[in-house]
Amino acid sequence: MTTAPTDMTGDGASQTYWERYRHQPHWRNNDDEYTAAKLGMWLFLTTELLLFSGMFVAYTIYRILHADEFARASHYYLDWRVGAVNTAVLLISSFTVAMAIRNAQLNQQFWLKINLFITIICGLFFLVAKLALEYWPKYQKGEVPGGFFSYPGSHGYVPSDYDPLFLGVYWVATAIHGSHVLIGVLLLGWCLWRAQKRHFGPRHFTSLENVGLFWHLVDLIWIFLFPLLYLVG
Amino acid sequence: MSSTHNATADAHAGGHDDHHDVSYLKPKGGMMVTIWDWMTTIDHKKIGVMYLFASLFAFFLGGVFALLVRLELFAPDVATLDAAGNPIIQGQIFNPDLYNRFFTLHGAIMVFLFIIPAIPAALGNFCLPLMLGAKDVAFPKLNLTSWYIYVVGAIFSVVAIALGGVDTGWTFYTPYSLDTPEEHWQVTFMTLGVFILGFSSIFTGMNFVVTVHKLRAPGLGWFDMPLFVWAIYATAIIQVLATPVLGVTVLLLALERIFKIGIFDPSLGGDPVLYQHFFWFYSHPAVYIMILPGMGIMSELIGVHSRKKVFGYRAVAFSSLGIAAISFIVWGHHMFTSQDALIGAIFSALTFLVAIPSAIKVINWIATLYKGSIRFNTPMLYGLAFLFTFSIGGLTGLFLGTLSTDMQLHDSYFVVAHFHYVMMGGAAIALFGGIHHWWPKMFGKMYNEPAAMLGCALVFIGFNVTFFTQFFLGTQGMPRRYSTYVQEFTTLHQISTIGSWILLAGFLVHLATFIHSLMAGKQAPPNPWGGLSLEWETASPPIEHNFHHEPVVHYGPYDFDDAVPPFCDPADYPLPDPLPPGEKSH
Repeated sequence: MTTAPTDMTGDGASQTYWERYRHQPHWRNNDDEYTAAKLGMWLFLTTELLLFSGMFVAYTIYRILHADEFARASHYYLDWRVGAVNTAVLLISSFTVAMAIRNAQLNQQFWLKINLFITIICGLFFLVAKLALEYWPKYQKGEVPGGFFSYPGSHGYVPSDYDPLFLGVYWVATAIHGSHVLIGVLLLGWCLWRAQKRHFGPRHFTSLENVGLFWHLVDLIWIFLFPLLYLVG
Repeated sequence: MSSTHNATADAHAGGHDDHHDVSYLKPKGGMMVTIWDWMTTIDHKKIGVMYLFASLFAFFLGGVFALLVRLELFAPDVATLDAAGNPIIQGQIFNPDLYNRFFTLHGAIMVFLFIIPAIPAALGNFCLPLMLGAKDVAFPKLNLTSWYIYVVGAIFSVVAIALGGVDTGWTFYTPYSLDTPEEHWQVTFMTLGVFILGFSSIFTGMNFVVTVHKLRAPGLGWFDMPLFVWAIYATAIIQVLATPVLGVTVLLLALERIFKIGIFDPSLGGDPVLYQHFFWFYSHPAVYIMILPGMGIMSELIGVHSRKKVFGYRAVAFSSLGIAAISFIVWGHHMFTSQDALIGAIFSALTFLVAIPSAIKVINWIATLYKGSIRFNTPMLYGLAFLFTFSIGGLTGLFLGTLSTDMQLHDSYFVVAHFHYVMMGGAAIALFGGIHHWWPKMFGKMYNEPAAMLGCALVFIGFNVTFFTQFFLGTQGMPRRYSTYVQEFTTLHQISTIGSWILLAGFLVHLATFIHSLMAGKQAPPNPWGGLSLEWETASPPIEHNFHHEPVVHYGPYDFDDAVPPFCDPADYPLPDPLPPGEKSH
C-alpha cells in the first residue's frame, strides 16, 4: 500500500503537499516549526486539564462530604455497562489515531485514512450512546441537575437531598467532556479531509499529530471520569 | 558552493529585502485597503499596537467610571426632613444601584480589559519578538485570533454591564451573583464575556512561552535575554496555568444561573465558598499577571536610563519565576474570614513569601541606580515613581497578609488603597513608563519631553493624593464599596476625590503629548536611549520583517561598560577606561 515518494528534488509541481511543504517565513526550518507546534499543543493540553480540574475538585469535595449519598446515587442513576462500552470504544479510538499518525510517518496513505475513519466512527458512537442511552432517558425521567431535578423515585428508591448535586456534577462533567469529543470528531474530520488531499506524509504531519494529542487527552479525561462517576463505592 | 551562486543568492535576498524594507506603519494603499490590512494582519507589531489602543481605550472607560465613583463619594448622603416631613437626601449624585454598577464597571473593565492585556498583549506583543531577534511570535495567526477573541469578549462584557443589572463587583461572588434576579441575563452574559476573554489570555500566554523557547536569535541564551522577556515569560506561564481555572469557574457560574446545577448553591447542597476558592485560585495569580510585566518594564527603564548593568541579573530573572510559582499557593488569603484559623495561618505565612522575590527586585533596581549615569526623562521618572508607589503597595500587602491585622483591615478602604498602589501605582505606572520608553520605537516619533514629565508629575501627585488618604480611611473603619459614609470621613474623601481630578489632568497631558507626537513629533532615531537589547538594532519604526538579517548577539542587554550601543555616536556613549591589570571592577 506504500506509495513511494516522488520527485524529492524537483520544482514542486509534481509533488504532493507534504513533500513540498515549507515552513512559515518566521521559522528557520520545518523542524523548528514542528517542535514549536507540539510544544504549543502540550501547553494547550495543560490548560484543558486545568479546565477539567475544576470539575474534579468539585467532585472530590462533595464526594468526601456526602460519600454515602454519592455512592448510592451513582449505583442507581448510572449504568456501568454503558460507561464501560464507551470506555472501550474510546480506548480503541486512541489506538487507531496513534496508528494513523504512524501511517502518515510511513506514508501509508490508505491505512491513514482507514484509521482516521475508524477513530471518527468511535467518537460518533460515543456521542450517540451518551445521548440515546443516558442523556435522553434521564432528561425524560427528570434526573437532571440541581434546581430542575424532578425525579420522584421508584421501586423503593427515594432520592436523597444530594442526588441533584451528584447529577449536577455528572451532567456538567460529562457534557463538557462530550463537547470536547464533538470538537475532536470535527478536528479528525478535518484531518481526514486533508489526508484525502494527501497533505500528510513522512515530512509533514504536524496538525495530524496535534489533533491526535488532543484526542488522547479527551480519552484520558474519560478514563478518569468513568470510575469516578460510574464505579463509586 | 561557488561564489557566483552566492552572489546570485545575495542579489535575490537583497531584492527581497528592498521590497520589505519599509516601515510596518506604512499604509498599503487607500484607506479601505489599509484598514483591511490592519484587520487581517498577522504582524505582531500591528497586533501589539491594536492591543495598546484597545487597552488604553478601556483604561479611559474604566477611568471615567472611577471618576464617577469618586464624584459620588465627594459628600456623604445625608437624609433630612423638610418642613412638610418629606425626606431629602443631600450629597447623593447617583442612586446606590447606579453606584454599584459604576464600581462594577470600573473594576471589571480595569482588570479584565485593561491591566491584564495591557502590558503582555500590547507591549509584550510588540517588543518580545524584537527583543529575541525574531521575525514574529511563534503562532502569528493564533495571535490575531486572540486579539479578535479579546474584542468579542470585551464587547460581550461591556454591553452586558451597560445594559444594566450587573452589580456584583468584578469578583461575581456567589450567592450574590446567583441571587441577582433571573431576568438579569446580563450577569450570565458578563461571565461568558470573562470566559471568552480568558481564552485570549491563554492563547497569548501559549504563544509567548513557545516564542521564548523556540525563536531566540543565535547567541541569545536564556541569561542574555532582557529582563522584560523574563518577566513576560513568567507572566505567560501564569496565564497558561491559571486562566483555565477562571474559565471553568465562570463557566460553572453561568451553568449555575442557567441550569441550576447546584455546585455553588447552598440551597441545592453546594458551597458558595468553593466559588471563592476557584475564583481566587485564578485571580490571585492574575494579580501577578498584572504586576510581573510591569516589573519587567522597570528593569528595562532603570537599566537603560541609568546606563548600568542591572544589579543581580539572575536574581531579578529568577525572582520573576519565583513570584509566578508562589502566586499559586497564596489564594487562601482572600478567605481569611471564612476558613479555620490554622489554614488561615498557613496561607498567611505563604503570603509573606511573595515579599521576598518582590523585595529582591526593588532592592536590585535601587542598587542598579547607584553610581549610574541617570538620565532624567519620563521613563526614568516613571521608574522612580514606581519604586515609591510599588514599595508602599507591596509593604501594605504584608499588613493584609497578617492574619490578625487583616481581621481589622479586610473589606475596608485599606484594601482598596493597597491594591490600587500595586495595580495602578505598580502596573499602570510601569505601563506608562514603558509606553514612553518604546514610543519612539513603536511610532518612529519622539514625544515632547517636558510635557510628558509634567504629565508624569501630575499622575504621581494625583495618584498619591487619591489613594494615600484611603489608607487612613481604611484604618478608621471606612468599608469598601459603600456609596455613602459617616460625616467624619468627609474631609479625607474630598481630598481623595480632588486627587482623582489631578490624576485626570496628568493623563490628559499625556494624551495631548501622544497626539502631538503622532501629528508633529520629531523623527525618532533608531536608538534614542542608547539601549543594547535587540529592538534598538532596527529602524524606528521597525521594518516589516523586523530585521534585515537575523541578528547575532555579541553582548548582553545591559553590558553598557563593554559595548557602544548600535546606531549611536560612540562619543555620546564613551566606554570606561580599561582597568589596570589585576584590578577588579566593583
